[in-house]
Amino acid sequence: MVPLSYYLALSAVLFTCGVAGFLIKRNIISIFLCIELMLNGVNLAFVAFAAQWHRLSGQVFVFFVMVVAAAEAAVGLAIIISVFRTRETLNVDQVNLLKL
Amino acid sequence: MLHLLLFLVFGALCIGGAINLLAQKHPISSALSLIVVMGALAGEYLLLGAEFVAVIQVIIYAGAVMVLFIFVIMLLNAGVEEHTRGSRVAWLLGIPGMIAVGLMVAWVLARNPAGISVPLGALYGSPKVIGRLLFREFLLPFEVTSILILIAIMGAVVLASPEHRRFPQPEPEEERELVAAGDRRGA
Repeated sequence: MVPLSYYLALSAVLFTCGVAGFLIKRNIISIFLCIELMLNGVNLAFVAFAAQWHRLSGQVFVFFVMVVAAAEAAVGLAIIISVFRTRETLNVDQVNLLKL
Repeated sequence: MLHLLLFLVFGALCIGGAINLLAQKHPISSALSLIVVMGALAGEYLLLGAEFVAVIQVIIYAGAVMVLFIFVIMLLNAGVEEHTRGSRVAWLLGIPGMIAVGLMVAWVLARNPAGISVPLGALYGSPKVIGRLLFREFLLPFEVTSILILIAIMGAVVLASPEHRRFPQPEPEEERELVAAGDRRGA
């Protein structure tokens, strides 16, 4: 028997690591990896609550989150390739054409 | 007891991988530590009885998505990155804010009644049950995801293809004809 709060705490730690990485990393690919980490933390909370309330729909939501993450990875990496081809850099600080 | 032990082992792997992801300078090391996190999370899902989710976590996330990531990292020849220092406002507001939110979350989690806990294998998310749920109650969202994936594939192909192939330049002869047509209209 593991308390539900342990799972939620682990999920929160993973999400926080993702947010922290999103803020401190400057490589666009590392930022993308941190987004994936955040999604994984959310998935763990979904599965923990599904087991807690005996509802399988929580696990189906995880499936949908994974599908969206896969689509996001495909499009995002294509955008990264496109940005690298035109700007020759992966540093997000140097991709600032839209900045005022 | 065994459940708690396994939870702690997999949880330690998860947190260690996540912190290593933050600490590593090279994107490929970050990607490899993210694979460790995902594998350990699959173990956690198995502990929660989510068999199907654990399997697709390994196949889709740790397999397909991360292969895509590593492929792009190698393709773009990503080197060592530099970290940002952050502004002073971020440090002054961020650290107290982080401590406050952390304490709040810890308080909420700690005052949870001890009775709420997840027994081992309380819910059995086998592929058969999940599949029945997906194709009956969640049929419409499931079909919509297939359209989403299709659009994502097309978008990825269009975005990643070279510029000159995406926007084909008009041929010189064609251009001259266009100019000639314009002149005729002007005359």
